[in-house]
Parts: sequence; C-alpha cells; structure tokens
Amino acid sequence: MLAPNLNLAQLPRTQQATVASIEWERMSPTEARRLREFGLDEGVDIELLHRAMLAGGPLACRIGRMTVALRAHVAGAIRVAPLAG
Amino acid sequence: MNPAPLVALVGNPNAGKTALFNALTGARQKVGNYPGVTVERHSGRLALDDGRPVELVDLPGTYSLDPSSPDEAVTRDVVLGRQAGERVPDAMIVVADATNLDNHLRFVLQLKSLGRPMVLALNMIDMAARDGLKIDLAVLSAELDLPVVATVAVRKRGLDELRAALAAALSGGARSAPIDEVDADIRHFQREARRIARTAVVEQPRSRAVTRGVDRIALHPVAGPILLLAILFVMFQAVFSWSEAPIGWIEGAQGWLADTTVATLPDNFLRDLLVEGVINGVGSVVVFLPQILILFVFILLLEASGYMVRAAFLMDRLMSGVGLSGRAFIPLLSSFACAIPGIMATRSIDDPKERLTTILIAPLMTCSARLPVYAVIIGAFIPARQVLPGVGLQGLVLLVLYLTGILGAVIAAFVLRRTATKGVGGGFLMEMPRYQLPSIRDIAIGLWQRAYVFLRRAGTIILQVTVALWLLTSYPVAPAGVKQSEYSIAGRIASGLEVVLRPIGFNHEMSLAVIPAMAAREVAVSALQTVYAIDAADEEQGAQELGGRLAGRWSLATALAFLAWFVFAPQCLSTIAVARRETNGWKWPLVMIGYLFALAYIAAGATYWTAVAFGLG
Repeated sequence: MLAPNLNLAQLPRTQQATVASIEWERMSPTEARRLREFGLDEGVDIELLHRAMLAGGPLACRIGRMTVALRAHVAGAIRVAPLAG
Repeated sequence: MNPAPLVALVGNPNAGKTALFNALTGARQKVGNYPGVTVERHSGRLALDDGRPVELVDLPGTYSLDPSSPDEAVTRDVVLGRQAGERVPDAMIVVADATNLDNHLRFVLQLKSLGRPMVLALNMIDMAARDGLKIDLAVLSAELDLPVVATVAVRKRGLDELRAALAAALSGGARSAPIDEVDADIRHFQREARRIARTAVVEQPRSRAVTRGVDRIALHPVAGPILLLAILFVMFQAVFSWSEAPIGWIEGAQGWLADTTVATLPDNFLRDLLVEGVINGVGSVVVFLPQILILFVFILLLEASGYMVRAAFLMDRLMSGVGLSGRAFIPLLSSFACAIPGIMATRSIDDPKERLTTILIAPLMTCSARLPVYAVIIGAFIPARQVLPGVGLQGLVLLVLYLTGILGAVIAAFVLRRTATKGVGGGFLMEMPRYQLPSIRDIAIGLWQRAYVFLRRAGTIILQVTVALWLLTSYPVAPAGVKQSEYSIAGRIASGLEVVLRPIGFNHEMSLAVIPAMAAREVAVSALQTVYAIDAADEEQGAQELGGRLAGRWSLATALAFLAWFVFAPQCLSTIAVARRETNGWKWPLVMIGYLFALAYIAAGATYWTAVAFGLG
C-alpha cells in the first residue's frame, strides 16, 4: 500500500491516482491559472508519465485526458491519492 | 451594401483549428496584421451552399477569455467585438478536440455564455474512434444546446455539414453587438464541462495509446535526447545534400537568362544593369530558396506532428540553466529559418523578462539568410570530402557554424539573465498535444507562405539594394590601371570602413559587402558577386562563378573570419524593426545591435588571428 499523502513528483511512474488537494499558493498566479485552464482540480485523475533526464528537469503527466509538461516545484504542490489496483 | 457576414474561428490550442481553417477556405486566404499589435490576422472566404459568401477569420488559439499574451488578447477582443480594425463577428465556429472533451468543452461553455450564434466543430473525431472513445453527438448537442458537427479537418470530413450548420446559425438573426461582461470564473464552467462530457461519452478506455507509445521513446531520459539530436542532425544535413539538384536548376535558368539577355540586347549601360545587377544579383540569392524551403519543411513538420513541444520538454532543463525555459526553444528553432517569425513566436512566453531575453538572442540562431553566405564560402574554401560515411566535411563545418551561434546564444542568455533582464524564471507549463500525421496540404500552404515572403524580399529589398550597390560600384568609372571596386563611390566608403575591419582580416571587398548586408544578410553574396564581376570585366573575360573567384583571392584565414563575422553579425533591418515593435521602443533593439556588433568583431578577429597563427593566412 502506497502512502496516501504523496505529491505528484513523488508518485511512481504510471501509477494511477486522483488529485487530493492543490496548494495553489505555492505557485505563481500565472502557473495557477494555466493549470486551472488545463483542467487541474480536486478529484481529477492524474498520472506521472515521464521524468526528464537531468535532476531538476520537468515532468510530463496526464491530467484528465490531457498530457501536460510541468516543473518539479509545481508537481510538488499537487497532493495525490494513488488508486488501488 | 451588406458586407459578407464575419465568422470567427475559435478554439483551444491543438484543437486542429488552423487545419479546419485551411480545409474550409483553401487557398483563398489573406494574411494581414491587426493594427497596433503584431498579431497576424488570417482570414479567408468560403461560400455557403446557397452561394452566400462568408468571411472566416482564424483567431489565435487560447484556453479561456482571460488572456496572458497579446495573441490571446486579440482572440478575446475579436470575440467580444471590441478589437480595433475588426468587425463584430456575426457567428462563431468553435473547434474542440473530440479526444479531450472535458477540457475543451469548458472553453465552449464560456464562449456560449456570450450569447453569439455558434456552431461546435467536434474535430479529430477519427482519433477519438481510434482511441475507442464513443461520443453521442445527439446527447452532446442537447446538453450544450448547440449545433454539433463531427469533423476531421485534415481529411476534409464533415465540412458540408459544418457549412450547413453555419448557414442555419447565421440565418437565426445575427446579434452582432459588442459585449462588455465576461464570466471569468472558469471553475464552474470546468465542472459543468466534465458533467456534460461524462454524459455524452458512451465509452472511454484509457487514452491515447499511440501517443503514449511514441512518448515512451521520444521522452525517454536517454533515448529522447538522442532522438532529438538525430532529428536536428538529419535536418541540417538535408539542407545541404537535398538541395544540390534544385540549386543546379536555378543556376541553369539564371545562366540561360543572363546569356539570352547578353545575346539579345546591345552592349550598353542597361544591359550591364540588367545582367549584373538584376539577374545575377537577385539570382545569387534566389538560388538558396531550396535550402530555405527544406529547413522550413522540417520545422513545419515538427510543429504539425506535435513533436516540437516534446523537444521543448527535453530542452527545458538545459534552458533553465541559463534562466530560460523549454518554451523558448520553439521560437529559437523557428529563428533558424528566420528571426522574424521567431521573435513573433516569443509571444507565447508568459514571463516578460524571459521573453525579452529570447528576443535578444534569437538573431544568434543561424537564420536562412545567412545560408547563402555560408554556402558560398564553404563551397569555395572547404573541400567536399567525406569524413565519415554519409557525413561530408562541408556539412560538418556548417554544423559547427550553427553550434557556434547556439553557444553564443547560451552565453548571451546567461549574461543577460544576470544583468539586463534579471528576474525570477517564469516556469514551464505546456500542453503536450497528441501526435498527428501532418497533412501535406497544411505543410504545403505553410511552405508557400514562407516561399512567397522570401521571394518578395528578393524582389524588393534585395533587388533595390543590389541595383543601388551596382550603381555605386560602377561609378565613377576608374581610369586605366586603377581598380574599379576601389575607385567607385562604394569603394571609397569601404576604404573608410576597411581601416576598422582590417585588423580582423577583412579585405576591401569584404568591407564593401558588409554594409548592404545590414539591410539583408544574403545581399553580402550578391555584393561580392557584383564587386568581383565589375573588376573582372577588365581582367578576365567571361562570367566565372563567385566561389571560384573567392577561392583565388582570399586566404583561408580571411574566409573563416568572414564566416565568424556572420555567425554574430547584426541582423537585418526587418529583424530590428520587429524587435522594436515587440519591445515597444528603441532601447532593446539598440542593446541587441550593440552586443552583436561587439561579438561579431571579437569572434572574427579571434578566428583570423588563430588561423594565421596556424599558418592559414
């Protein structure tokens, strides 16, 4: 059983999860608005797809049916709950 | 007289909006500009089934009516009917990606709240079917209370139904008044969109099998960067090797035209002007059209296929090291074709400081206008040897020139972000569209627009500068025993400049060529062509090609210094003009010109003296 309180950057690759909560205040207003436009919201299903080669690089994740590239500090502000199975 | 109704084409980025625009309007397109902003206005005509004409305007893609860039602001203002220079639209076609309903429906709902007549084009319905996604169009239409048409823009499917639905929407009595209020709270639209998507989607398996599969390689930590490098390498090799045959055809045509003119007209001033100034001057630039088009084919393919954003993803870590983001990679790659669309593409960068930095370094990306200069010098001085199977020495030198420009840009960005454009990074947040097979038609339209711009330049700026230069180098006529290129007006100006350029290995003719090259870089080639042709008229009869002439007169050190100069040399006038427009003033263009001149001078000098030290002088 995975810890129930992970952030997106800590989620194992391709592990299905849902968004538990979002710390909007840890992002810039532009980032927060863009993510809302990408459909990020509590309860949406989410999945980490790819990490970049070098440490500190961006992450690719699936938000709903959209694939989005974001940086690690943004991923760190998204708390996720892994789905069983 | 009633003008044709105006219909705005709106949608999220990556919904296939431009493909739908191309499919609906075909070649009947006009590219203009909105007044006061450098946002391109793409419009076209289409005829409804009853023959009524409609003007369709393709608006920049946006996720909501809360703009974060000048492009998105234009979309909002046109849709609301308050954009200067644009009529209030009578109806809208909203394009949504069928495979990403819950997200695209949010924008549809926000647009619908404006109350204008509208039709929803549910695009890429074939992709949805391939994913196993089943959408009930009747339910969707009823839930949205909008006409919904399924389309596949790249295959031109659903267009008749779309035109019919548009005709119906337009005859419903247009309410084309400006709108003041926008419901900007996208969260309730988002929740409603998700509810409707859940109702209308009958079956939804795990998404995007093909895209996920390709991404497993394209975004792989090791394989991904290797693939990107390989693509870039093939691109630059192709620019040289695929263009050989078409360049030969153009040279053949140019030679035939010159010979025919010489044979037809009597030997006088007009014939000289026509042959040396117009035919050979413009010809020496047009001959590089094949290379420029090959470069653009690659860039258009990378953009249309969806790979470009993956490249941005792979580059983000490196770019963040110098204070930029992966987003800057896209304008910078476009700048390899031309800095002008590159600088305009920086509008998609949200952060103002990051955007400014990208504008300032964009001219360091080797644009296609530099190719003519590189090609002539490389062709004349670098032997066409194979270093490895399939890898020629000439192509390798070209690659080094490109890499030098990139390295210069990296250093410039690093310094700028710590001095002139200091500030916190803007982050990196991008949608990665699904992969698509680009439609040949869309690539062809994009390519035609680029070719047209290039030929128009060749026909106007380059022609004028070439002819002016020919006149300045031809008069006054030198007495016997004195070189025409030194006695003429241009020659005297160049002699003044030569004092400054001599220390970095430039000779008199090169000093002469760099002046008009500021109007347009490729003119350096026709300038050298003109200068040597004018001197040649006295000594060696007959038209020898430029490369041969140069090889006999320049040392290798001089040639390399000239190449180094052009890696950094200040950009053409049009680039400066665009930079001024995009930065709203002269301050930043002047910074750009200043630092590029300094870099060019230092680089050319260092190259020259290093080469001389190795005995190549």
